[in-house]
Amino acid sequence: MKFNFTGPFLAGLAKVVAGSSVRWVDCHPDTCQRIYFANHTSHIDAVIIWASLPKHCRELTKPVAAKDYWDRGWFRRYLARSLNAMLIDRENIKVHRSPVESMLKEIGDKYSAIIFPEGSRNDGTNLREFKSGLFYLAKKRPDLELVPVYVDNMTRILPKGEYLPVPLLSRVIFGPPIWLENGEPKTEFLVRAREAVSRLRDV
Amino acid sequence: MDLLHVSLSTILTAPLLAQQTAFLLDGATGILLGVVISCLLIATGAGQILRRQPDSSVNPAIVQAFIRRVRAWWLMTAILAVTFTIPSPVATVILFFLISFWALREFITLTPTRLGDHRTLFWVFFILTPAQYVLVAMGQSQYELFSILIPVYGFLFIAARIAVAGDYKRFLERIAKIQAGLYICVYSLSYAPALLYLTDWTDPEYSTKSTAGLLFYFLLVAQLSDLLHFVCSRLLGKNVIAPNINASRTWEGFFAGTGVTAVVGAMLSLTGATPFNPWQSAVMSIVIAVMGAAGSMAMSAIKRDRGVQDYGTLVEGHAGVLDRIDAICFAAPVFFHLTRYYFTTASGG
Repeated sequence: MKFNFTGPFLAGLAKVVAGSSVRWVDCHPDTCQRIYFANHTSHIDAVIIWASLPKHCRELTKPVAAKDYWDRGWFRRYLARSLNAMLIDRENIKVHRSPVESMLKEIGDKYSAIIFPEGSRNDGTNLREFKSGLFYLAKKRPDLELVPVYVDNMTRILPKGEYLPVPLLSRVIFGPPIWLENGEPKTEFLVRAREAVSRLRDV
Repeated sequence: MDLLHVSLSTILTAPLLAQQTAFLLDGATGILLGVVISCLLIATGAGQILRRQPDSSVNPAIVQAFIRRVRAWWLMTAILAVTFTIPSPVATVILFFLISFWALREFITLTPTRLGDHRTLFWVFFILTPAQYVLVAMGQSQYELFSILIPVYGFLFIAARIAVAGDYKRFLERIAKIQAGLYICVYSLSYAPALLYLTDWTDPEYSTKSTAGLLFYFLLVAQLSDLLHFVCSRLLGKNVIAPNINASRTWEGFFAGTGVTAVVGAMLSLTGATPFNPWQSAVMSIVIAVMGAAGSMAMSAIKRDRGVQDYGTLVEGHAGVLDRIDAICFAAPVFFHLTRYYFTTASGG
């Protein structure tokens, strides 16, 4: 891997801007393959979570980002590359090229991923319903640890539609991993996963 | 004193200021610093001895709180000592700016704001807060603007900017919250570094000395009175002032702590770091102690309302910056004004 200055710089900058403190609840940083799934409230969520991981884990973790947004212009492409991001096509979805397939291909048997199963940003009060991608990931790769993450206060730091951040303090909370139970139906699993994230709000 | 057109570039180069503050750390301040370091060494030793006691009657949680507090004092003393050795008060002003910024972060994080406040908050953090400290660094010539920028123009601006954003829900409550945060964390605290720029002392002997001693004296007495109120409440407290706000603050602790602070304050004036004689210093210490206690109570009330123990617990599980400076915030403007009116000729006296 080429040495990358921008990544650590962006991670540091994001931490300063969002003043984030990190908590691990019944879970520890590890380099084993994981899917971090989190609530989505702000543009910089992915960077904040990525920056919250210790360096040795961060190098093996790829935030998932939308290709139609991050592939536009050299600067965005450069940022996405510095953050180790994997760009997933939201538009040209075909059976052999579904987002889940390309994600699994990208992480291989080495990398972890950060995903936002709500699909798009919520308004900061309630989590949206989870999309089914997390379920199919879990079904195809039952060996992956699914780690819920709750990002607190980011809506106030950089709300939807704003481009200037206000430097409040945020929290990133990692919770105990979950797995797909044998024969667990999709809807039940997604409700359980959503609760795993929202429960972290109160710890 | 009519240097109304002092520009930013002259702050660092103005010969008047440079001459006055060439050596922020002079003999008297050095003595005061020595006294403080000796006290800290004793306090550190006492903390270690208390911790090593196998089964003492002292609650280990209190010992831990004491050790943490002493550690915070060391840090504060070290940072101040370093900023004082830089031959310009601007370093200290920048230090206080950073403290204000962080305290305001904690304050606004804790008190809920709405989406409609976002742009107002941006102005508060990135325009009003730096502007206040730039005015402090411009010295006494900018005293008038410095003393009204936030409570007059800032407050009007906040109300107007939130109205323009178009969200009227709980409007009055929201502007009051942001104004209170700005007032306590930025405006009031900025009076502490402003002490460095006081000039035209009525006592000609003090004019030759560094005002760093005055700031250091103020911070020392404020922190000491906070500690003494706590210790005296533990030792002889019976009548709790307001049990719902702070269960450990008692009237006995308040009066005894203030009394002890006055005695210590009178002794500190003997170092020559302040323009006060012992009884003046005792009165000043009482004022600082009373205002400090008032500040701690007021900030505790906000915390209880929000249902948290410390401003920091929301974030890290230990006390925040705001928990450490609440007493200083309330005492600084009063101490500054009393000193300015009675010990300098700047007010035209």
